[in-house]
Amino acid sequence: MAETFNISNEPPVPVTGWLPAVALSWIIPGGGHFLLKQHYRGALLLGTITLTFVLGLMMRGAFFEPQTGDLLTTLIYWGGYIADMCSGVLYFLAVWMGYTQQDVAGHVHDYGTKFLVGAGLMNVLAMVDVFEIATRKKS
Amino acid sequence: MKLSLTHFEATLIFALFISVVLGIVTKKTDKERMTYGLSCFGRFIATIFGLAWLMKLGHG
Repeated sequence: MAETFNISNEPPVPVTGWLPAVALSWIIPGGGHFLLKQHYRGALLLGTITLTFVLGLMMRGAFFEPQTGDLLTTLIYWGGYIADMCSGVLYFLAVWMGYTQQDVAGHVHDYGTKFLVGAGLMNVLAMVDVFEIATRKKS
Repeated sequence: MKLSLTHFEATLIFALFISVVLGIVTKKTDKERMTYGLSCFGRFIATIFGLAWLMKLGHG
């Protein structure tokens, strides 16, 4: 479904106009929305992403580690590693506090791993949203 | 503490969270966000049941 946005002839917003909000959005899920006075949406994103991440930890999901090999292995492991890191402070806190989990068989662990990656990917969507709000492509 | 969920519970929760985020980041008004979020969730549920039946029938 195509979405249309109001694109005006205004000069482009400088990097300093959107970078702090996007960076804050990466570090703290929903933080960029709070910075841009979108408190309600920021709170919902913070709650949803944090809950997804915490449920992933509670299901003892594994964090991806960078690994190379054939193309698919490299894509999956590097992609998973980057997606995990996109959760920002949640990921760094978990690693800093010593959370480790081997990649073992079992559907609960597997779902946990997907929840952890999913939380990071949801935060990527939030970061893109913050970028579009900060550059006035959407309100 | 380890949380143990069934396949259905896990996919349901995941679908709910993804729908909330998709609703928030894609639309302009609160009404559109709510409608789109609910629509996404409905489609996720339909996909979950569809794939579950497909696997059951395919398994024999």
